[in-house]
Amino acid sequence: MLQAGEWAYSETLKEHFMNPKNILQGENTDEFDGVGMEGNLQCGDQMMVVIKVDKEKEVITDCQWKTYGCASAIASTSILSEMVKGRTLDQAFHISPKEVAQALGGLPDHKIHCSVLGDKALRAAINNYYIRNGQEDKVKKEQAKVICQCMSITDHDIEDAVLEGARSYFELQERTKLGTVCGQCKDEAEVLLEKFKHIHFGV
Amino acid sequence: MADMKVYFDNNATTPLHPEVKKEMIAAMEMFGNPSSMHAFGREARANVEDARRKVAHFIGANEKEIIFVGSGSEANNTVLSLFVCGSSQCIPGSKMRSSIITTKIEHPCVLETSECLGHRGVRVKYLNVDKYGKIDLDQLAGLLGDDVGLVSVMMANNEIGTIQDIETIAKMVHERGALMHTDAVQAVGKLPVDVRSLGVDFLTMSAHKIYGPKGIGALFVKKGVPYCPLIRGGHQELGRRAGTENTLGILGLGKAVEMRAFEMPEEEERLLELKHILRNGIEERIDDIHFNGHPTDSLASTLNVSFTGVEGEAILLYLDIEGIAVSTGSACASGSLDPSHVLLATGVDAELAHGSIRFSMGRESSREEVDYLLDVLPRIIERIRNMSTAYIKGGLHAASR
Repeated sequence: MLQAGEWAYSETLKEHFMNPKNILQGENTDEFDGVGMEGNLQCGDQMMVVIKVDKEKEVITDCQWKTYGCASAIASTSILSEMVKGRTLDQAFHISPKEVAQALGGLPDHKIHCSVLGDKALRAAINNYYIRNGQEDKVKKEQAKVICQCMSITDHDIEDAVLEGARSYFELQERTKLGTVCGQCKDEAEVLLEKFKHIHFGV
Repeated sequence: MADMKVYFDNNATTPLHPEVKKEMIAAMEMFGNPSSMHAFGREARANVEDARRKVAHFIGANEKEIIFVGSGSEANNTVLSLFVCGSSQCIPGSKMRSSIITTKIEHPCVLETSECLGHRGVRVKYLNVDKYGKIDLDQLAGLLGDDVGLVSVMMANNEIGTIQDIETIAKMVHERGALMHTDAVQAVGKLPVDVRSLGVDFLTMSAHKIYGPKGIGALFVKKGVPYCPLIRGGHQELGRRAGTENTLGILGLGKAVEMRAFEMPEEEERLLELKHILRNGIEERIDDIHFNGHPTDSLASTLNVSFTGVEGEAILLYLDIEGIAVSTGSACASGSLDPSHVLLATGVDAELAHGSIRFSMGRESSREEVDYLLDVLPRIIERIRNMSTAYIKGGLHAASR
């Protein structure tokens, strides 16, 4: 008979769960240059990322965090905080959830959204830094684009639906009600569906 | 790593009772098909019928009223599916009574089957529960009409342990001419269950929750109650469930209930005492907690508690590292994005549902194990809270610390 596997997730994930790196100690964020928070407790995931920045080089010198969430969420933020140190703000801004998941040695499909949130919190922290330093022009807004006019569904809604499990156009419709009125957005929605499936799940 | 192994997830499944294991090992030599007329078959038949008598006796039924099935889920699917029949051929008058009533806290095998029946033309009404998980009897009285064919209410809830007053519910249901089913998977073998005094028409039970093997359950169908098989095409179980009998499983179930009859009475008191110690211990050592379920009408083995500001899967996995096995109502552990439907139905907010942990003890649980848990748990909660956003400045629970 097979024996129980060592753990529910990868060894790297376990290491970051058992010994998380760079947890913000205490509750004071005043000494940091940028603070970002995403998610909420009701949804089961919330992450805060705080960064210190070398203002001349625009390089992240320290990154700490707090996370309310499951093992994947805790480990994702922990490894992310290690990954961003020494990167420029621009490089850090473009770290993808997929990179985080890969660094963790892979995440099960239903845990991908955990790594997405840490990423978002990091981008919020970087934007927060720009605002604090009078560089509003550098703030990178992730502009949502309305895809389905009838039901007012954006590309972000489609991405969320994919992260929550939608894999086909029908499943996307079930979750978002997109394309259920005039149906004109079907082609564009299908392209985005494939794009987000590829970005997050490599399929 | 932990040297102590504590299994506090007995509502999920239980280890085989040593006597059950012995019986099943012996039964492995017995390969005959109970339907065969020769000696091999007769031996299997005799043992299957002996097990049936034991099961029937254990719940106060007649042996002809017991149908062996593959699982509690199969039994529940079978009963609910009686009411989807488009004709009145199998269930007389079913066309007139095509609504069913169930509760919001049933096992998914009842809820998802009900939802599917809804797609197939059956009207399904769901009963609310109060903050302890007790169903609303006034609401039931209001919903019971001439259109209702079946009411299905679980006897004891798997997540929070709340026990329903099935006897009273069955009386109300029968007064309005409907049939009564109870999913007693978590109740049989933990509480005294007598189908006659409960007055139910159908009752579901399962072996692996009571130290028997997986893959075997039993459905009680009261004599004279209309019935239609879910799995057709064989004369087994008097034509009520086709498929060659799972002889090993059936013998295991028979032995499991036999052992329960011996051990159950004094075990309940012991478990109640342990639960008391566990509950008080958690209350003394950890702040910002919330107990779920009914304070008294609850399984002696089951304690469900929510920890503010902490997500359940993280607790589960940190406890796992310490050798302690529990379960959680958090969405993160379920593969979906929704936390426990049972806790949400009791009005617990989503955060507390995500932060819920179920401790379910069993016949092997000891004081030593409870003490070990009480030693480990506070440190884990403290550790997770220290990394939680809930307690940062401006966080949801910042003021509480």
